Amino acid sequence: MSSRRSRSRQSGGSRITDDQINELVSKLQQLLPEIRDRRSDKVSAAKVLQETCSYIRSLHREVDDLSERLSELLPTTDTAQAAIIRSLLMQ
Amino acid sequence: MASTLISNPVTNSDRSKKKKKKKIQEKDHNDDHNHIKWKSEAQQQSYSSKLVQALSQVRLGPSPSSPSAEVPRRGRAVREAADRVLAVAAKGKTRWSRAILTSRLKLKFQKKHKRQRVVSAATGTTRSSSKKPKVSVLRLKGKSLPAVQRKVRVLGRLVPGCRKQPLPVILDEATDYIAALEMQVRAMSALAERLSGSGAGSSSAPPS
Repeated sequence: MSSRRSRSRQSGGSRITDDQINELVSKLQQLLPEIRDRRSDKVSAAKVLQETCSYIRSLHREVDDLSERLSELLPTTDTAQAAIIRSLLMQ
Repeated sequence: MASTLISNPVTNSDRSKKKKKKKIQEKDHNDDHNHIKWKSEAQQQSYSSKLVQALSQVRLGPSPSSPSAEVPRRGRAVREAADRVLAVAAKGKTRWSRAILTSRLKLKFQKKHKRQRVVSAATGTTRSSSKKPKVSVLRLKGKSLPAVQRKVRVLGRLVPGCRKQPLPVILDEATDYIAALEMQVRAMSALAERLSGSGAGSSSAPPS
């Protein structure tokens, strides 16, 4: 605690405090469904980051699966069908 | 500091309903704005309509007669179009959205200037792994732990455009990126449900 600011390193001209990082990590924590539902406040930063990485990966996978599905559902050449889709969305 | 964080969403949700989002007073305000922005129904509707427009322009292949061979390419094209529309929806305020939009330009130019782009990307990644951590060392038990640093670097690789960024930037971008991805998933699944439900142009089973 005594050497709080004596060993701080520069990072592009601005010093990043530990509190700032804590704040960002807790904001991230609120977004993660896993940790949010567990209702525990004592989650370590490493755990939050781990969950974040796997959550982003699973979201990517989901988007890929949905893209596959959409590519099969969408018409390929018929422009009239594209107009049908657009009208569907205008409901 | 914690009290401002709690009170922010209440005021910001009112503002987002009025659709006036020009207040950039503190960083906290801005971040909560972003988070609620991605959850709004209007944002999802706007994204869906733009997505359909983009998808109708995607050349999905000459003929649908051989779907097994075409699907990987078409799926990839759909994914890229969806990411592009998502980046446009972000209105260029975040690094990941700008990175998605410029990465397509880089791909187009890579054929002419392939040495420059590839070399800069390579040096960028090697530099980020061998450089000292850009976090101030306050305590030995703090966030300068190599485990946390490693995980943040991994996270930086997952979020587009954040490979060389310092830790707080990566965390900040990740929060917005996750909210945007969630909206993307919601919009795309709603679109898929609507398409498969109406059976427009293809014989598909009704959703159970």
